[in-house]
This record gives sequence, structure tokens and C-alpha cells, in this order.
Amino acid sequence: MNEEFLNTLGSIIGTATPLVIASLGETITERAGVVNLSLDGSLALAAVLGFAAAWTAQEAGVLDVPMQIALGIAVAMLVGALIAVLVGFSSIKLRRDQVAVGFVLTLLAADLARFLGADYTRIPGPQITRFAIPVLEDIPILGKVFFQQNALVYFSYFLMFAIWFWLFRTKGGLALRAIGERPEAAYARGAPVQRLRYWYTFLGGALVGLAGAAYSLNVKPGWSSPPAMQGDGWIALAIVIFGGWHPFRAVLGAYLFAALRAVSSNIQTNGLFIFGQEINFPFVLLNTLPWLLMIVTLLIVSGGLTERLLQYMPRGVQHRLRAFLRSDPPKALGTRFEAE
Amino acid sequence: MKNPRALAVQIGFMLLPIAISLAVAAALVISVGRDPLEVVDALWKGAFKDSRKLGGVFNFWIPLTLVSIGLVVTFRAGLWNIGVEGQMMMGALFASWGAQFILMDESLSPLLNVVLIALSALGGMFWAFVVGALKIRLGVNEIFGGVALNALVNVISIYLISGPWQPRIGGSAQGTEPFPAASLLPEFSSTFPVNLFMIALVIAAFLIVLVLLNATRWGLNLKAVGVNMRSALLLGVATERTSMSAFLVCGALAGIAGSYRVVFTFDNLRPLASGGIGFLGLLVVLLLSIRLLWVPLIAFAFAAILTGSTRLQIVVKLDASLAGVLQGMLVLFVMLFHGVQEVFFPQTLADDNANDEIGGNSLSSGTSNQETRIHHRGTEDTEKKVKRL
Repeated sequence: MNEEFLNTLGSIIGTATPLVIASLGETITERAGVVNLSLDGSLALAAVLGFAAAWTAQEAGVLDVPMQIALGIAVAMLVGALIAVLVGFSSIKLRRDQVAVGFVLTLLAADLARFLGADYTRIPGPQITRFAIPVLEDIPILGKVFFQQNALVYFSYFLMFAIWFWLFRTKGGLALRAIGERPEAAYARGAPVQRLRYWYTFLGGALVGLAGAAYSLNVKPGWSSPPAMQGDGWIALAIVIFGGWHPFRAVLGAYLFAALRAVSSNIQTNGLFIFGQEINFPFVLLNTLPWLLMIVTLLIVSGGLTERLLQYMPRGVQHRLRAFLRSDPPKALGTRFEAE
Repeated sequence: MKNPRALAVQIGFMLLPIAISLAVAAALVISVGRDPLEVVDALWKGAFKDSRKLGGVFNFWIPLTLVSIGLVVTFRAGLWNIGVEGQMMMGALFASWGAQFILMDESLSPLLNVVLIALSALGGMFWAFVVGALKIRLGVNEIFGGVALNALVNVISIYLISGPWQPRIGGSAQGTEPFPAASLLPEFSSTFPVNLFMIALVIAAFLIVLVLLNATRWGLNLKAVGVNMRSALLLGVATERTSMSAFLVCGALAGIAGSYRVVFTFDNLRPLASGGIGFLGLLVVLLLSIRLLWVPLIAFAFAAILTGSTRLQIVVKLDASLAGVLQGMLVLFVMLFHGVQEVFFPQTLADDNANDEIGGNSLSSGTSNQETRIHHRGTEDTEKKVKRL
């Protein structure tokens, strides 16, 4: 297969990784029944503070490079987790609306990132280096696309399987799904609903923070204002819905978005040729594609249109298609639970 | 009714969030090595030093109040119109089209001004209609529909500015050519550069919506839909039409706000001309728990902070985003402390909590949206739907 094509696929996997990690994190948070709407701001704040921590360590000359990176990632994860826990706390303890608090935090964190990041714009810092995985990298085609990446990318593969396994193959996962679907029933069977919600909100937020670090320490190194990842938080939230709160579908969605972006930015730099003919077209408009895709995917999974189209299908097919296309949120998503 | 202690707690809970926000902001300023008092001084002078600066405050206040009034309407109906920013921008685009292509003699300028305002209202309504149709008819959550449409209109405006509408000389992505003088809204005076007609329009919009919300059946319907879609339906409210009307009203007001930015503030179309004012409007309304009465006042305070912040970069070399940080924290802490009061000091709360809940059904989109979609073909159909709710 074409060398250049494989390189492109490989870079799509790389650039999709923050989206993958963020949407996986939000998936487990929402599975527990909590919506963390603050993603767009959380990503930015985690990115800039993670970068600042790694850069400060580098300037001070303490730690070696891998540990500087690790410090940056730890700080970013902590930032993401704290914001998420604040959403959880305000909902669980203070009975606030999750969407409202999450939205305010989105704006606040984004502004905070801009304010604190003003001194860190456009300076180089430590970066995550890639390393190929021996043996696996020699698999034809797949090796080049999937196994010549960096540690974060490999971690995202692991994360996808780990979350799937936890959700659908363990007792703990059953409890997680239960507190998002029917918290009263889970509570009656002895699950500590509130504690679990805190825990999964924390965990999901930490992953969002990690995704932030994946931008500033890898995909788009450093920090700029407006931040390079602006809007990605919303896309990650949409991917969670598109993914039907299932880790595999979420990852697929993230790759789809990244691929579309790669194609559109490629056309914008190199022009578009069909059968050797250069096609002229205002390529700026290609930037609408990810957002159109967002609307279309939500249209498909959210019901209205799909239901109407399904009416025209033969009955036997209807069920299977519906199960495949529709995605229904955890039933208690965004609601409060009060133990009586 | 209330004992002094309860009153003291009540006042404490009003002042505490403000004090904490200011303290945290001060700590942030100190952490980046600046003097908070200098920042306060810069903010104050930036907003109130002379009548020109005060005019600047009003120039933020006008669009901010307009969108906030609109957002009270959508929030009343339980709708999260995050698309308001894009609706402003679409209004700005429509007004920009008119300003460039409807050519009138300068003597007819007032007529053209009115035409452009009407056009911008249409533009905002158009974009709000799309969000509304996606939500009501097709089950796409309005938060995500809104975010996507915000992004779409921004791309479209950049395309127009760098393509069909680019200046004849020195075309760049900075903005279109200045609009013809006839299309621009006039300033009251060079020392108070504000358009008085728009101030009057804001006041009129405020009063009209105030009456509509509190003294008409429509206002009651909105509230019914916002509090409980199912009960509203049982009461015979046309829920779909009510929701859509809320979107359209908000869209129209946002569109007009957008036009003010281009035919007054900038005199041309620029990328991101809406400048985050729509999002700021969401903060204003959230801060007030959707109470319309205080919107003009809080909007004025936020507009003053925003205007003052434009001087921060020059005077104390601080990023203007400090304004957003301060406003965001203020809203966050007010919300959190409201929660603390409700949970730990419920006896101190006033009785008028009716409006305090922010639209609740938002994110459980998917099925619930599908099922709460009501058709009005007949009572039988309606009853069937209600059973599924």
C-alpha cells in the first residue's frame, strides 16, 4: 500500500488521540449519570497548566525530560479532575443544575486558561517523543498506522479496551451502569451511589485533563491564544452521544472526526484534484465540515429523522437498524439522586 | 415573616460570593506579579473616566441587554440557547449584506437604519429557527445544535470577508470595507458616542418582554413548558409552537444585538464580530436565576467590567480575559452559594423560588426529546403521546 497514505492514516490516529481520551473520560462520567459540560474549557486549562508545569521544570533544569512530561501530565490530570469534581459536588451536594454549572465552568476555565497562559504563548517546551513498539510495528499496514506512535496513543488503545471490559464484564462496571440508569435500584441493592458518582466524575475528569496535556505536550505542542483545541471539547461531548455511551463507538467517532479534519486541511493546503483537473472552490468553507458532521451524527442517533426513515424499511430490518443507529442516554443522566 | 437572623444570613449569602470572587481574582493578579489595586484603578478608569468611556460601556450594554432579554425568554421555556452567539453573528451578516447592497441616499439614512435592524432580526430568527427545528422536530439537543451553528456562521463570515465581500484594495481576513455612511447608526455626540435610538429600543424590548412574560397567556405557556413539558401538554399548551416562539424571539433580539456591533461599533463586518457577548448574556441570566427585572442592571455592571478590561493590556500589561475570569467566578460562586443556602439554611430562603430552577430536561436528549415531541393532530393522538411520557 502507498507509503504516503499509511503515513496520513498514522497521523490521523495521532491527532485523534486527545479526542479519543476526552470522549472516553466523558463516557464513564456520563455513564455514572453526571454530565460534565465543562470539557471545552477544561481541555484548555489542563493543556496550559500542564504545559506550564512541564516547561517550568525544564527551565529550572530539574528532572529529566520524561519526568518533566510526567509532571505536566499529572498537573493536567489534576486540573481536569478538580473541575469535574466541582461539577459533581455542585450537583450531588448542592443540588445545582449540572448543565448550568458545567457551562459556567466552560467559559470560566477557558478565560482562566487565556489569562494564565498569556506568559506561555508560543514558546517551545518538552514534547512527548514517539517510540515504535517492537514486533508489532512490523505487522504489514497495521504496524505502520497503529504502532509507530507515542505512549499516549498506546495508552488510548489500552484505555478503550479497559473501559469496555470494566463496563460490560465486571461487577464494578455493572454498578457503574446501574447508577446512571436507575440509581434508586442500585442504591437499594447496596451501591453507594453518591460515592461512585464522585469517583467516576473524578476519573473521567482526570482523563479529560490528560487529553488536554495530549494537545499541549504532543499534538499541537505549546500554547497559543486562542487555543488550538478550541471547540474540540464540544466535539468530544457530541462524540459521546454519537458513540451511544459505548467506548468502541466513541473511539470510532473520534477517528472519524480526525479523518475528516485531515482531509479538509489537506485539501486546503494542496488543492483538490479530480482526474488531474484542479477543482476550484472556496476551501475555507471546508472548515464547516466537522460541525456539519456533528449535526448529522446527532441527527442520526437522536431519533427524529432516523425514526421517520425507519418507517419505510421492512419490519424485520427495522429493529436491527434501530439498535445500530439509535443511541439512548443513560436514563438518569443529568439528574440528581437523593438517598431517602 | 422573616426574623433578623434570617435576613442577616440572606444578605451574607448575597455578599459572600462577590467577596470571594474578588478575593480569588486579586490572588490571581498577585500571582502574576501585578498590584490588584492598580487593576481596579485601570478597570474603573477604563469604564468611567469620562463620558466617552461611559459611551463605551453603553455600547456593550446595548447588545448585552438585548441578548439577555432574549435568553430570559428561552430559559423560561427550559431551553439552553447557547446558539445565541451564532444568532448574533447571523444578524450581523444580514445587516452587513444590507449595508453593502441596499444603497440609499444619505437623507434616507434613518429609513435604511430601520431596514437593517429588521433584516438583522430576520437573520437571528433564521438561525434560531434552525436550532429550534433541530431540537423540536429532529431531537438534536439545542446545546449541541447551537454550538455547531455558532461555528458554522463563524466559518461563513470568514468566507465572506476573505471572499465575496473582501475590500477592493488590500483584501485580508481582517474585515470588510467600512460600510457606506448612510447605513451606519448615528452617534449622539463625539463625546458620548452612543446611539440613542438603540437605547430606546432596548428599553422598549425590556418592557414589552416583561409584560409578555408576566401578563399574557404566552408568558404562562412558556413557564409551563419550561417547568414541566408533560403537565403543560395536559393543560393543552401547544408545546412545540411555544418552544419555537421562544427561540424566534430570542433570535430576533440577538440578531439586532449583532447588527449593532457591525453598523455602529465596528462600521464593518469582522470575524467574530459578536465578541462573546452572547455567552456573556447567558452568564447574566444564569447569575439572576432567569429574573428579567434585574437584567439591565447586571448587564450594565458586566458591560462596565468588559469596557474597563480593554485598558488592562495597555496600563498593567494583563490579558483582558481577566474580565471573563471575574464574571465567570461571580456567576459560579453565586450559584454555588445559592446551593449552600438552599441545602444548609433552607429556613432563610424567601418564598419566591418559582423561577430559580434552570431548565432541567436538557441533556437527557435522545428518547426523551423524541417522546416529548407532541403532535397536534387531535386529542387522541395527544393522549397516546402523554401515556408514553
